Amino acid sequence: MLLFRLKRTFKLGVKSLWMHRLRSTLTTLGIVFGVCSVIAMLAIGEGASQEAQQAIARLGSTNLIIETVKPPKKQTDTGDVETIASFGLTYADAESIRSIIPNVQVAVPIREIDQEARYLNRKTTIKIVGTVPWYTEISPVRLMRGRFLSSTDLHHQLAVCVIDDLVARQLFVFDDPLGLDVRIYGGYYRVVGIATQAATEKMTDSFAKGAAAVSGDSGGVVGNIYIPLTTAKSRFTELTASFSGGSQSVEKVELQKIIVKVASNEQVLPTYNVLDGLLARLHDKQDYQIVVPLELLREAARTRRIFSIVLGSIAAISLLVGGIGIMNIMLATVTERTREIGIRRALGATKRDIIIQFLSETLLLTLLGGVLGIILGSVIPSLVTHFGRMPTVITGYSLVLAFGISAAVGITFGLYPACRAANMDPIESLRHE
Amino acid sequence: MAVVNTEKLCKTYQLGSVQLPALQDMDLEIEQGRYVAIMGPSGSGKSTLLNLLGCLDKPTSGRYWLGGKDVSELDDNQLSLIRGKSIGFIFQSYNLIGQLNVIENIELPMFYQGFSEQASAARARELAVMVGLGDRLKHQPSQLSGGQQQRVAIARALANDPVIILADEPIGNLDSTSGAEILNVLDRLHKQGKTLIVVTHDTEIAARAQRIIKLLDGRIEQELNNKA
Repeated sequence: MLLFRLKRTFKLGVKSLWMHRLRSTLTTLGIVFGVCSVIAMLAIGEGASQEAQQAIARLGSTNLIIETVKPPKKQTDTGDVETIASFGLTYADAESIRSIIPNVQVAVPIREIDQEARYLNRKTTIKIVGTVPWYTEISPVRLMRGRFLSSTDLHHQLAVCVIDDLVARQLFVFDDPLGLDVRIYGGYYRVVGIATQAATEKMTDSFAKGAAAVSGDSGGVVGNIYIPLTTAKSRFTELTASFSGGSQSVEKVELQKIIVKVASNEQVLPTYNVLDGLLARLHDKQDYQIVVPLELLREAARTRRIFSIVLGSIAAISLLVGGIGIMNIMLATVTERTREIGIRRALGATKRDIIIQFLSETLLLTLLGGVLGIILGSVIPSLVTHFGRMPTVITGYSLVLAFGISAAVGITFGLYPACRAANMDPIESLRHE
Repeated sequence: MAVVNTEKLCKTYQLGSVQLPALQDMDLEIEQGRYVAIMGPSGSGKSTLLNLLGCLDKPTSGRYWLGGKDVSELDDNQLSLIRGKSIGFIFQSYNLIGQLNVIENIELPMFYQGFSEQASAARARELAVMVGLGDRLKHQPSQLSGGQQQRVAIARALANDPVIILADEPIGNLDSTSGAEILNVLDRLHKQGKTLIVVTHDTEIAARAQRIIKLLDGRIEQELNNKA
């Protein structure tokens, strides 16, 4: 019986909507766009969130990255004279951090030098990363073949290296690099391992750019060559010279980075404070900065929230406009069908029956809009990904939400016209032409 | 047994500050199985009486028993139920629903009474055959002639086997041939024992009725009994 009622009501709704095809279509457009923008918004938001999480995984959320920055130049010394500007992180800093700061699991000092690497007649621009064996603990670098640097390498200052697979492909086109020697700045380094960066895909949003800047991907560098820190110290000068305006300035930097890893996310901020205090005492000028990936993540989340609010309000407004459109049309329909309402009332329909009839018609209209919106909304994110180079992820939950919203709009904006229909005087309605 | 019984039934319309009595102290008794014609000039209160008898309207004062049940104090929902169960309406302008076909139109009162799909479809078909439309079950009202539409309306009025059938100028929109057919159908219903109350100007219908009630200014002016 109930099924029969549902079937009849549904059939009648479809029939009367079909009678005014153009009107129904135009009416649903508002809902279509509303639902569509809800889905697109959630897809873009979800995509950005997953991307940020991947980026954070690359940097490590429990990591704190201390970087050398060039302090603002003091104009006290009078040009001309050749001076050595010494700044940045030192081996002493690394030792202090390791021994003083609580919660530190590992502290990895990193020396970075841009150089050219050669094999036979091929050469490529690479970045030498002078570091320690436990570098692997703070970096997502994965070993494809061979081994990473060992403590023996470090202790004996051996001329060995681990190269990125990209570098391997550039330099050793056909040869197996393991066991061969790479020439860097006059020295030969035996390749003991090939590593790959866990994530090499393009990063897009503002957060990822920040992350890229932190990890120091500068243009032209194909990849990294990892050598023991001690080897780097003994073979490469810490001085870099640059010429400007006829005068030469020389900079001395011991370490480019120290990466500190703590046990859990909760320890990141306290450690940050202690670290900042320690370094402020050790350094008399601001020649370092501490980057906290966790903070970057939070910042990214804040940015994303604003983004979601803006998109969300657009979606809400469009749903509101769509709902008003539907209400308007349903009011017109009710007026048009006054006589039908009168007949139904005379034949025994209660007010509730009439409400159900018109409400289900509105619901049908909005659910139709919802379905169309879901279809369109599933297409738009892939267009955004394709043309806007933004990652998007459509979750099942967003589809359910969109469908629920369109149903809610249908009920909200259909209730008034339906009640108006139900409250019409049967005698008046029967007389209506 | 009186299926319709009214006691000092009054209906007064409020037009601004003016009170307009449409029906005054109407005492009416209609026996089961009677064929009653209600006549009178326009403004005499025919429609008002019909609306009251059809439970579409509530009296200002007085009582109304339909099939032994006092319906003058019922609320809207209960009145809807009574209309669907105990009253069959036949209108001058047929009042079929244009989007529904013949069968669906006849099923409508049963639909609101919660009949099952099979039961209502079977009964609707039976009724359609009875009024001579067995070959037009799937037609839309717009594909039918006036007489056929009115026959669908009669079938619909019979759907729930009502206590009384109220007809308002049932042949007012029809040519004489179709009108005569409709009147024959009504005669047949009467012979089957239905209680018919017909509001009309038409003396031909009145001539077929057993009893004629003439209204004037909201009161019964004259009652005539035809020899059956």
